[in-house]
Amino acid sequence: MSKTVSREVSIGDVGAQGAIASEQAEGSRMALNVGPSHPTTHGVLRLIMELDGDVIAKCDPVLGYLHRGDEKIAENMTYNQFVPYTDRLDYLAPLANNVAYALTVEKLAGIEVPERCEAIRVLVCELARISSHLLGMGVFGMDAGAWTPFMYTFTEREKLYILFEELTGARFTTSYTRIGGVSRDVPEGWLERVTEFCQNLPKAVDEVEKLLTRNRIFIDRTEGIGEISKEDALAYGITGPNLRACGVDLDLRKDKPYCGYEKYEFDVPIGTRGDCYDRYLVRIEEVRQSIRIIEQVIEDFPLGLWYAEDAKKIFAPPKEKILTSMEELIQNFMIVTEGPQVPPGEVYFEAENPKGALGFYLISKGGGVPYRLKIRAPSFCNLSIIEKFVPGHMLSDITVILGSLDFVMGECDR
Amino acid sequence: MATARADDMIDEEFSGALLEKHGFLSKRESIDCLTVDCPPDRLEELALSLRDEDGFDMLVDLSGIDHGEDAEPRFSSVAHFYSLVLRSYLRVHVACPDNEQPVIPSISGTFPAANWHEREAYDMFGVEFSGHPDLRRILMWDDYPYFPLRKEFPLAGIDTPLPADDVAEVTQASVEPAPMMGGPFVSAGEGPMSDSEPRALDESWTEESEKPQ
Amino acid sequence: MVIFKYKKFPMISDEVAYNGKVEGDVIVTKADAVINWIRSHSVWPMPMGLACCAIELMASAASRYDISRFGMEVMRFSPRQSDCMIVAGTVTYKMAEVVRRIYDQMGDPKWVVAMGACASTGGMYRSYAVMQGVDTIVPVDVYVSGCPPRPEALLDAMIKLQDKIGRESSLSNLRKTRGDRAG
Repeated sequence: MSKTVSREVSIGDVGAQGAIASEQAEGSRMALNVGPSHPTTHGVLRLIMELDGDVIAKCDPVLGYLHRGDEKIAENMTYNQFVPYTDRLDYLAPLANNVAYALTVEKLAGIEVPERCEAIRVLVCELARISSHLLGMGVFGMDAGAWTPFMYTFTEREKLYILFEELTGARFTTSYTRIGGVSRDVPEGWLERVTEFCQNLPKAVDEVEKLLTRNRIFIDRTEGIGEISKEDALAYGITGPNLRACGVDLDLRKDKPYCGYEKYEFDVPIGTRGDCYDRYLVRIEEVRQSIRIIEQVIEDFPLGLWYAEDAKKIFAPPKEKILTSMEELIQNFMIVTEGPQVPPGEVYFEAENPKGALGFYLISKGGGVPYRLKIRAPSFCNLSIIEKFVPGHMLSDITVILGSLDFVMGECDR
Repeated sequence: MATARADDMIDEEFSGALLEKHGFLSKRESIDCLTVDCPPDRLEELALSLRDEDGFDMLVDLSGIDHGEDAEPRFSSVAHFYSLVLRSYLRVHVACPDNEQPVIPSISGTFPAANWHEREAYDMFGVEFSGHPDLRRILMWDDYPYFPLRKEFPLAGIDTPLPADDVAEVTQASVEPAPMMGGPFVSAGEGPMSDSEPRALDESWTEESEKPQ
Repeated sequence: MVIFKYKKFPMISDEVAYNGKVEGDVIVTKADAVINWIRSHSVWPMPMGLACCAIELMASAASRYDISRFGMEVMRFSPRQSDCMIVAGTVTYKMAEVVRRIYDQMGDPKWVVAMGACASTGGMYRSYAVMQGVDTIVPVDVYVSGCPPRPEALLDAMIKLQDKIGRESSLSNLRKTRGDRAG
């Protein structure tokens, strides 16, 4: 019984699209499936490509391999119960997602959080930005063939993980914010450790830059590759470092400041050509700017509470009060069982996440559970341009292009 | 204290001028940005004008909404536009005229960003966008028979065969509803606490006892 | 029983010398002990990195929680070249087919580690699109709990996998498959 009988691969639905592509591929073209399980597609993205020799003639991305039904789940969870799901959207910078979601609900509920809470949120958002960009650029180097930057950036990220763990209890997937504040205050001495980290980080970023930025091979692989024009970028809804690399000056932290960003001084790096090299440079510079913001936040860290005290039906009071006083006990019970009571209405809020502009469109009909929560994921919009600008490039440029777009399938598919 | 968000709302003058220019728009109550209702047949015209004349050069989001099985109209689509110059958002509600076969014109010709968002709205709600170059499912597999975000679709899902026949044959797996134990556990929200305590949404069944027909 | 002639042996582990006698430069032991010892100390994982757990998988391969200490840093993305598939992340029904096909393409002997809550049981995603556990489509050897599991938990799971491999009756399995092919 020979085991080498060739088995006719029956085409499940997932395979059907590839089969159709090969039927329709013109004459000399070859249909190639860069499948969902592939080292270069960061996460589970499938590209059905038609190749004309080595040049890509058509590229059709297939999503949905990580679609977990977050939006439907949101309609069945209270506002605070949904916070862990926001962690897993852009799982490279979970704290930034937590903050964006909390800000959306607070906007609808009309809550204003104290300054200390805002400062904490800005601080963790910027740390999350550093974490995300470090990983993005480490993996980008790995895609272009350089293994060492990956190791260096991961070492720095481990230091960040230690900081996050001390603050929130988890390395990542932190679920740190609550509606009306954050879950706990900054621990003793944590700010000093963050300062120390920020003092050592520029050296590490310099090391990564030394390896990549003026590396002949890296420049050959990334300069001029994957150019996106300004008009295309705006038309396709690209946001974040990808858009800024094309030359468009849109940074929500500057244009529509939220959470106290207007108090801090920082520059926004803008690129010129919109190619992969520019996107890399923009991200590296953003890491340096984030360090600058963090130093300013810590220098002037406000005192006070880390939650909105007057958000009676929304934020659970501190534990000591719950366990000793009747009113707080009832309040806590109501908030946990029924959820934070948010008034009816609709709101749309976008935050400047490391990947782009993460938006939440929330419709509430009163009560503790949202009626509709639409998550506007930056990676979803960033990926939509692939069909347009990838054809014309060589097959080996795909790794570099996908790496430079720095998308995350967790938020793309939700 | 945090700054009040008065700068979110578009300048009164500008919004007045915009509403006057497009007389078919009607304003809606909103706390955060200018929100308008647009009749579906004027949507393409509005999109072109927003992009070319009014300065709203970016479509940031387009989502579908299911207002409930008894609502009239049942489905609508909401588009958010952003203007870099004005630094403001504009929200446009478009209601689908027909509840059984919801159709709205597509704006993916004017704003290519809408392409994938409309595919997602089709996938999740079944709203068709006329004029869309390639309206097929994007998040669920092509043959999936249901529209998951509709209100009558249960969170746990409905039994369907696995999209790949050969894998299903070998592993005897299929798309099964997730074990919810009658949940999710939510509170009714109103009424005396004994009634509004969190309990399973549907207490008629658990893993042990079958659902009564 | 297999007789091994060796020149230089850096370390004589208990497993190799199980039921064995050492006479001079020769170790006499069970074939299983040797085969399992070799297999368990060079498991090449195939990272089926689907979601957030993939990041912890990458972190366990990075310098702090070096998975290379166990011989597993060779993360082969090709199923033909790997031994163990680490399913790290949520398996959706759409992705299930791909996971199974890749499992089928792996050569024997192969093992599967379901890393994280989502791969073990569906995790916190009880919804219409998520397969409630990857063990519906592939046989799982080790489950790791956590959301995501710390790299130390993953390393603990890999050590348990090594123990499990150590207990397999590899020689009789080999004989069985060889018999199939000859027949």
